[in-house]
Amino acid sequence: MDFLLEPLTYGFVLRGLAGGLIAAAACAALSPFIVWRGMSFLGDALAHGVLPGIVGSYVLGISLFWGALGSSLLAVIGIGLIARGEKLNEDAAIGVVFAGFFALGILLLSKVAASADLSHILFGSILGVSSSDLILITAVTLGVLTLTFSSYKEIITASFDPSHAAAIGLSPALVRSIILIVLALTTVAALQTIGVVLVLALLVTPGAAASLVSQRLRSIILLSIVFAAASTLCGFYASYYIDLPSGPTIVLTLTLVFLLCASISRLQRRYRISRHPDLPV
Amino acid sequence: MKISFPGLHYGGGCTQPPRPGAPALRCNSAVHRYAGSDEDVLADVSFTVNIGERVALVGPNGAGKSTLLKAILGSEPLKGGEIEIFGHPAGRCRHCVAVAPQRSRVDWSFPVTVHQVVMMGRYAHMGWFKRPGRPDREAVEAALETMEIADLVNRQVGELSGGQQQRVMLARTLAQDADLLLLDEPLNHVDISTQEMIFHTLERLSARGKTAIVSTHDMGVLTVHFTRALFMDRRIIADGPPHEVLTPQTIARAYGFEFHKDYHPWTSSSNL
Repeated sequence: MDFLLEPLTYGFVLRGLAGGLIAAAACAALSPFIVWRGMSFLGDALAHGVLPGIVGSYVLGISLFWGALGSSLLAVIGIGLIARGEKLNEDAAIGVVFAGFFALGILLLSKVAASADLSHILFGSILGVSSSDLILITAVTLGVLTLTFSSYKEIITASFDPSHAAAIGLSPALVRSIILIVLALTTVAALQTIGVVLVLALLVTPGAAASLVSQRLRSIILLSIVFAAASTLCGFYASYYIDLPSGPTIVLTLTLVFLLCASISRLQRRYRISRHPDLPV
Repeated sequence: MKISFPGLHYGGGCTQPPRPGAPALRCNSAVHRYAGSDEDVLADVSFTVNIGERVALVGPNGAGKSTLLKAILGSEPLKGGEIEIFGHPAGRCRHCVAVAPQRSRVDWSFPVTVHQVVMMGRYAHMGWFKRPGRPDREAVEAALETMEIADLVNRQVGELSGGQQQRVMLARTLAQDADLLLLDEPLNHVDISTQEMIFHTLERLSARGKTAIVSTHDMGVLTVHFTRALFMDRRIIADGPPHEVLTPQTIARAYGFEFHKDYHPWTSSSNL
């Protein structure tokens, strides 16, 4: 018990843990929608698209939050314009923009901001969460959860049947824009604890793992949050005791959870086939 | 991907009640062409559907049936001509038109239950931030009963058979309580009992003054179950009571092949 409680006697550690858990919950609540709507690659592009904004805001001395948010929204708009204007498949547009933004970010990082140590932005530093970070993460998460759950019925309607959504006057493009804005906000909130490079894992893996073991959207969302929170705890303790970087530890734990869920779902299917061979799988 | 905000508002009470005396649907010289195509998918399509009619929309793939239905919904703006629904421009009144899209246009693997899907019909009346009330739940229950799927209410839609999924879609249009129903290929991959139920329901609805437009490939069902058949291939080819319209010549024109008098499907090998 002391092993688990000892780190929590320090203020900065407690802050890190709280920030990590809150950000993980925001990502994980959104994750099932990203997975089910096939937006994983777009989520990746958004996450990497924040880098030039972060370096830029460091150079300009403004808050990382606005730089990151502005940069990721620019990436989304760029993807939309290219996909529409050039008659390219959206995934090609995503690939072009995502690589371009990330390269620009790295270039800026190596030249303009060479003196700064931004590795905590790239890979996350759960123990470096400041009080203002924590306030920001909490505010953004509350906003994200409110927006997601107040438009829950619109999101499922537009995802399941866009033609019905359009028929009742609910624009599928509007719903998609809401999800993208929420996605950008979540990414920014999770940067501090998990880092640019791996934030995608929190947006995709918990939802994917939960979808393997449950069929109900509500329990998928709940499970997704549980998985992400548990993995963040693992990352936190590994970071505290054996000085592992928190980001990769969290992601590897999540990957293990995913593999476990995949095995469970295989066993379930085999069991179902042996008991009800006539049911569709 | 589109990032635009056309009409943030949806749902709410009906502000556009049907104009007295107006037909259910009036399509006047509708023209549509998709961006990047050099052929009109709707070429001067004009027809009027009166209240209570059950119209079959027949034609080959690519004949513009789905485009026409989308234009009636108002979700595909026309390049020319106009469409009026109960006297209002298409897309003005979202309550009065309900759609059951082709099965392939719906993401059946999305984790929603039968109840959630049928409730989506009620969202047309609710709008943002509203939660279903008692009238909404009652409408959903009644629709489930009508389509005889009340026992499936908590099942995931992805687990259902094709016929059951089609019943769910029809239950959703019933729950929406619209006056004009658009069913896009509801008979594809559907078992006989579901087909019969769809026809039975449509007949009862039209007796109550509802209007239905059903796109289909299946010409065997036209004469029995529809009051009118509309053959189209980018333009209207034939229009009238099914037993009058359903001639070999019409079918041949709609499906774009030469009709040979000596051809007989049972005795001769195909010349088609």
